[in-house]
Amino acid sequence: MKILAIVEQRDYKIKKNAYEVVATARSLAQQTNGEVTALVIGDNIPSAAAELGAYGASKVIAVQHPKLAKYSATAYAKIAAEIATKEHAAIVLISATAMGKDFAPRVAVKLDAGLAADVTALKIENGEINATRPVYAGKALTDIKVTSAVKVLTLRPNVFPAGTTNGATAAVEVVDVPLADSDFASIVTTTSQASGKLDVAEADIIVTGGRGMKGPENFKILEELAGTIGAAVGASRAAVDAGWRPHEDQVGQTGKTVSPSLYVAVAVSGAIQHLAGMSSSKYIVAINKDKDAPIFQSADYGIVADAFEIVPAMTQEIKKLLGK
Amino acid sequence: MKIAVCINHVPDTAARIAVGSDGKSIDKTGVTFVVNPYDEFAIEECLRLKEKNGGEVVAISLGGDMHKETLRKAYAMGVDKAVLLKDETPRDSFSVAYALANYLKELNPEIIFFGKQSVDGDDAAVGIMVAELLNLPSVSTIVKLDVAQGKAIAEREIEGGLEAVETTLPAVFTAQKGLNEPRYPSLKGIMQSKNKLIEEKAPAAASSKVEVVALRKPSSKNAGKIVGTDVSAVPELVRLLHEEAKVI
Ligand SMILES: Cc1cc2nc3c(=O)[nH]c(=O)nc-3n(C[C@H](O)[C@H](O)[C@H](O)COP(=O)(O)OP(=O)(O)OC[C@H]3O[C@@H](n4cnc5c(N)ncnc54)[C@H](O)[C@@H]3O)c2cc1C
Ligand SMILES: Nc1ncnc2c1ncn2[C@@H]1O[C@H](COP(=O)(O)O)[C@@H](O)[C@H]1O
Repeated sequence: MKILAIVEQRDYKIKKNAYEVVATARSLAQQTNGEVTALVIGDNIPSAAAELGAYGASKVIAVQHPKLAKYSATAYAKIAAEIATKEHAAIVLISATAMGKDFAPRVAVKLDAGLAADVTALKIENGEINATRPVYAGKALTDIKVTSAVKVLTLRPNVFPAGTTNGATAAVEVVDVPLADSDFASIVTTTSQASGKLDVAEADIIVTGGRGMKGPENFKILEELAGTIGAAVGASRAAVDAGWRPHEDQVGQTGKTVSPSLYVAVAVSGAIQHLAGMSSSKYIVAINKDKDAPIFQSADYGIVADAFEIVPAMTQEIKKLLGK
Repeated sequence: MKIAVCINHVPDTAARIAVGSDGKSIDKTGVTFVVNPYDEFAIEECLRLKEKNGGEVVAISLGGDMHKETLRKAYAMGVDKAVLLKDETPRDSFSVAYALANYLKELNPEIIFFGKQSVDGDDAAVGIMVAELLNLPSVSTIVKLDVAQGKAIAEREIEGGLEAVETTLPAVFTAQKGLNEPRYPSLKGIMQSKNKLIEEKAPAAASSKVEVVALRKPSSKNAGKIVGTDVSAVPELVRLLHEEAKVI
């Protein structure tokens, strides 16, 4: 089976999730005797592109155009579909990131392909690919089969392993895809990145505060803990609605879906809509003074006590451990 | 300005989800259905666009008779016309998009709004597929929209920030929470919505490209270990995270 892995880059840096996509493509290719082509799109292709060979790409295709310095859904979709056709790809893998989710449905339509969105597990059975994806905000899982000849899958970030490199490099082939002005009907004009801030959707550890934090100033203790372990700070909807934290930090059904390796829920009760966004985290720690708070039902480890005592003590203890 | 908004009718986010007897869909007993929360932001934005620029807002839903409830809510909020593309059998996102695109082609609106995603299937696909089928630009998961002189600038959420996207019109937008605060329908609006006509049409047929094999509950975690009830538990918690879970 030929697999096309679409590699997301922003500012000439290949995103971590892109390695997950290439490594997953490799694993599917190994099971089906297939081959992986990686596709990188931009005005200048990052030098790291050749290293994608080490993650399992036997070939890297680069499509370059000055106008591709900024993301455009229509142009990206056109390029992805043309390369998929040219490469006879049976499967197109894309990260389910803000960018990937934005153009993957277009690629599916162009290729007459079914779309499996936000997939969290993949299995090959009798040569057929089975995808598992969370539905009802993670309250249920569905196993699906894409029945069209070509299949487009988006992979939930942080779920699939990025794999290890084997030192191989792949040849980077620059392919020309003719693009007209009309292919750039929508285009990104500016990007405002909150400076140096780690996004909850990309973080490997998240420390989230809820209403029990009592006020915006008290998030400082969470930020200190987060700073010590390289975590992002998340918030429950109650904390966001109170105006203590920006909406982009909200975790849950109407916020972000996250799956870090460690999720620390501080003074969060564990409402079903909150659980929806974080229950696929690998380890969950709950700190809550109410022993009956539902969050303890989902937690691996819990401490029933006042967050204002526990959190600073955790920061100190971890600093000790890390020798800081 | 002609504006269209596509809205879905979904289980309330607080609903407990149980697997139905077919093993492929939910057990609907006792489940309350509501307007898809993201579609409320979409309706609100359309109403504001109309209030500013004049024109009309048409709400469209594809589904069974149940979807009329959601269309009535749209009427109560203030849309001018509601259309049900009536189909009792479930469809995948492509075939929903296909039928909506088919209807929208006729209607030919300048702005088409969707929610970011339905909170049942969580595909986040239909709006963007409609845009592709109609050969229109789209901006998804937007939190801000400015429309002027035949073009629009929308802001969308990305990891760690926002990006501003400029697009020509007509265009498709999908609404993220934060775009606006949806209004509550007035009592008068609710009363009037009861007598308004919901136009029924047969949706264009399209075959599904995705087959559901099974719906299941995630294997529930056993409630974890309460490490302690005061600050003396902290060293043990940190040890467990370091040695057992190996996450720090
Ligand atoms: C359509 C819809 C969508 C929603 N989407 C989301 C979503 O995306 N994300 C989300 O989070 N919620 C969402 N909600 C809201 C959700 O139902 C809850 O209201 C919300 O998650 C509660 O936030 P909380 O846990 O911070 O607050 P609370 O439920 O008030 O819990 C606060 C907790 O803090 C504890 N506490 C208080 N003081 C201390 C202390 N000193 N030390 C330790 N613990 C303390 C309390 O025991 C309590 O358990 C949604 C709701 C709806 C209807
Ligand atoms: N059956 C439907 N009828 C009308 N609009 C729909 C329907 N299903 C989905 N939509 C719209 O498409 C958006 C994305 O849905 P989905 O791709 O199902 O997550 C929703 O927020 C709605 O605006």
